[in-house]
Amino acid sequence: MSDHDHSSTDDHREGYNFAHPMPVPMLLTVFCILVFLTIVTVAQASFDFGSIDVAIVMGIATIKAIIVALFFMHLLYDKPFNLAIFLSAFVFVGLFVSLTLSDSWLTSKDFIPVDDAVITSTVE
Amino acid sequence: MSTIEAKPAGNDPESVNHGSDAHGDHDHDHPSFLAHHFETPEQQYDSGKLGIWIFLVTEVLFFSGMFCAYAMFRMLSPEVFEGCSQFLNTKLGAINTGVLLFSSLTMAWAVRCSQTEEYKKLTGMLAATLSCAMVFLGVKAIEYSHKFNMGILPAGFFQYDPAHPHIEDGPNYLMWLCLPFALFLVGIVVWLAVAFFQGDKFKVAVLKPLTVVALCFFVGVGLGMFLEDGSGESHAALHDEIGEHAVDDHLLDEPIDVLASSDHLSEEVTLGQTEYGVVERLAGDTTNSGLLGELNARAAQAEMATGSVILNKDGGVDATIHATPRDFLTPSRAGVFFSIYYCMTGVHAIHILAGIGVLIWLLVRSVRNDFNRQYFGPVDYVGLYWHLVDLIWIYLFPLLYLIR
Repeated sequence: MSDHDHSSTDDHREGYNFAHPMPVPMLLTVFCILVFLTIVTVAQASFDFGSIDVAIVMGIATIKAIIVALFFMHLLYDKPFNLAIFLSAFVFVGLFVSLTLSDSWLTSKDFIPVDDAVITSTVE
Repeated sequence: MSTIEAKPAGNDPESVNHGSDAHGDHDHDHPSFLAHHFETPEQQYDSGKLGIWIFLVTEVLFFSGMFCAYAMFRMLSPEVFEGCSQFLNTKLGAINTGVLLFSSLTMAWAVRCSQTEEYKKLTGMLAATLSCAMVFLGVKAIEYSHKFNMGILPAGFFQYDPAHPHIEDGPNYLMWLCLPFALFLVGIVVWLAVAFFQGDKFKVAVLKPLTVVALCFFVGVGLGMFLEDGSGESHAALHDEIGEHAVDDHLLDEPIDVLASSDHLSEEVTLGQTEYGVVERLAGDTTNSGLLGELNARAAQAEMATGSVILNKDGGVDATIHATPRDFLTPSRAGVFFSIYYCMTGVHAIHILAGIGVLIWLLVRSVRNDFNRQYFGPVDYVGLYWHLVDLIWIYLFPLLYLIR
């Protein structure tokens, strides 16, 4: 690898030594936490938490998403600017979803056309 | 271009002074991987990364449209989502989540390998990521073909019938879904054989892991079949359960109507609307459903006439389109759920396919030893994309499969 030899002489120079390899134990730990959280999500589905159900599911998913973003996607060690860009996406998603939902909540009760028979009636 | 130039200046002051002193030697030792318009590998890497983050933002916004549709329809008819979610096999979904998480791990590890210049390991990690992607698609093929065979299709095509869940004379969907991957496998194997006899070591080194990758699709299909068979009985039980559930709903509907109407009646009395007095008394008898409906309709009209905002209150008003049976298993309602299901998981699967494409490109380049500690950008960028696809699945899985 001629590039390799080349780079070893460059390592002391600025702008040439910027790689930040993630330690393997950390990657494995993150993976284990993610699998554990997946099991928790599946397990909680068999309990009835009533109306906070969706909140719990979304909460666990968001924790997983944050872990993936911080460690697998290197955001923890990345330039804050990239984090700001990524987070800005969610600001707009929040605006989009909340405005659309509140609108459909207020104006349309149910716009799925229901003109068909219930299929389950054939069971009896 | 202006962003790229402006970014280091605005972002880290180090590269500003660096820019001035590095200008001199920048011409004669420009590494081959460094594009001529960049001063240092770091600048090249950072600008590429900014680009990929902006692309990921567009991806998030793109998927948010579908999540919004999901939220809207779930809010309007939660029982449809609850009921239809029972048709999705949680085991397959959970296995696929695990497979995707593992592929994320191998991808992150691949990025590390490219930074530490472990070339053999990098190729292995990329192949592992690709294999996981193929297993994921194999399991998906089983899920999809199973539903197609039962007539569980998007709105407009939905023709599920609990009495005859399996449509006998339908096409063999699984075969058609597997066909492109079988062709891919055959193509790779033939190419590998040709390259082997020609003594092309580079092609052999690329095609060997790709053969394993192509085989992994069928590993996924096998895994999916195994898990789907295991849950065959519970599926049958589920059909019965759903049938009963629907019947229960029917029986329950009436008492709820009565309760709702009695509420309205008391309100009306306190409001002094005595003109309906006789009608009210007659409607007190539950057999007089017509009168009851009329009263409810009048109450609803009066409520709307006040001009205040009515928040999705379902007062059990009869004789309007809203009062048609609210069972989840009607073609239009279940069809809407499955439209959303196929749309979201299908677009996600397309992203997996695109990911497979770029990962194969990375695999070829990693066999060519293209990457080093100063030039690992492509691996990192594909990694970021891959993690985003994983991230979307992290939300899709509980939202679609784990509704009670």
